[in-house]
Amino acid sequence: MNNKVNGSLWARLLATPNNSTSKIVVVALGVCLVSSILVSSAAVLLKPIQKQNEELGRQKEILKVAGLYRPGIDITDGFQSIQTRYVDLHSGQYVDAALLENQAAVAIPRKEDIAGIGKKMRYQTLYLVASDRGVDTIILPLIGKGLWSTVHGFVALSADANTIRAVSFYDHAETPGLGGEISNPSWQAKWQGKNVFGMHGHAQIRVIKGRVNPSSHHAQYEIDGLSGATLTANGITNMVRYWLGEQGFGPYLDRIRLPAKGGMMHE
Amino acid sequence: MNNENRKVLLEPVIDNNPITLQILGICSALAVTTQLAPALIMCLALTFVLVSSSVIISAIRHHIPTNIRIIVFMTIIASLVIVVDQFLRAFAYDLSKQLSVFVGLIITNCIVLGRAEAYATQNGVWPSFLDAVGHGLGYSVILIFVAVVRELLGSGSILGVKILPLISEGGWYTSNGLMLLAPSAFFIIGLLIWGVRSWKPQQQEKPDYRIQVVHRTEIV
Repeated sequence: MNNKVNGSLWARLLATPNNSTSKIVVVALGVCLVSSILVSSAAVLLKPIQKQNEELGRQKEILKVAGLYRPGIDITDGFQSIQTRYVDLHSGQYVDAALLENQAAVAIPRKEDIAGIGKKMRYQTLYLVASDRGVDTIILPLIGKGLWSTVHGFVALSADANTIRAVSFYDHAETPGLGGEISNPSWQAKWQGKNVFGMHGHAQIRVIKGRVNPSSHHAQYEIDGLSGATLTANGITNMVRYWLGEQGFGPYLDRIRLPAKGGMMHE
Repeated sequence: MNNENRKVLLEPVIDNNPITLQILGICSALAVTTQLAPALIMCLALTFVLVSSSVIISAIRHHIPTNIRIIVFMTIIASLVIVVDQFLRAFAYDLSKQLSVFVGLIITNCIVLGRAEAYATQNGVWPSFLDAVGHGLGYSVILIFVAVVRELLGSGSILGVKILPLISEGGWYTSNGLMLLAPSAFFIIGLLIWGVRSWKPQQQEKPDYRIQVVHRTEIV
């Protein structure tokens, strides 16, 4: 009975002229409904696998900047040699992992927000590579605004908390071929050995326009620009300066740098 | 398979190739062919979207109001592309990062919308399926050819396996950096079109107009 009613309704619908208003509405809604079910079920069902991939991808980037990545290694195994630490940006002290859960983001005053991120978490995760002589490499997460998109990256510093070992900008949606060149390994390699902080402890590191003049006394703080991607490059400069500066990991870097600084004063 | 259907399937591979004859889908052919692996994934993704959209559109072709047909096509195609993108992110994460926006750009690939509008709306499900597979093959043949040339000459390897040992790694081959840049794909596709049209002169287009040679004396 019910079937028959449905059947006749269905038949009536199919028989309606294609360009009548009712048919247009029904077909449009029907196509949208079926498509949205298809899209959302694919997104929901595949989410766990994608999350896992993203986490593995992040760990791979960390291994890369740590200089521990070789093609074909097991990422999870390799990651065992990396220590994870949680740090309070204000005090620069290590904190307990529990503080990171359920923390609310703090709004950043506009004039301090050079990275263009709006708000940030007070407690952050960072990664260390330690040998028996102590901390060898400090790996800090970076997040900031490029030209179109939010750029995620890592920077690995030597134990002096000043010399860059490696950088990686891995998650972004900048224009391929222009701003997208920030994920080009040969450009990232140019950061190697550069210094972040100048004489007075201010972040001097900068992506310039054009090529670095090696005889300039700023050369140690400068990285070759990317042609056609000045705005993305400015975003990168600001992002690195923000996260390594007072508002970011600065207090932490000051704290771990202190002993070395004392040593330098004796020289 | 009868002759008619075989023609529908095989014609787009060379005789009516979507890239070299219809000059559609050039954008992705430039963008994803620096290496063979992403090009192969792109071929699979495009063929899947093309075949599914053609079959679906052909199945409901009698009930698509002509007034809103393009937006209906786009909705179907866009949904399929998002599904493909989600699958790639789940099962081929590294390649999906390499392909970045170009998977999403399948939505705007003229081959897909072109086949929906020109073929699937007028023909049954089975011929539409064959037509879509044929166009997928035609697209794939060109992409694979371009990618093999670019990866071999640009990086000295095929699918990441070294074929020509590079000088930088102690071999004898100096890699051709131009091959890694988009213009090289233009050159390769251009040469390919030249080659195909010399081999099959019926593909050559007739000139739209002829320049009249006017002699000075005639003006006077």
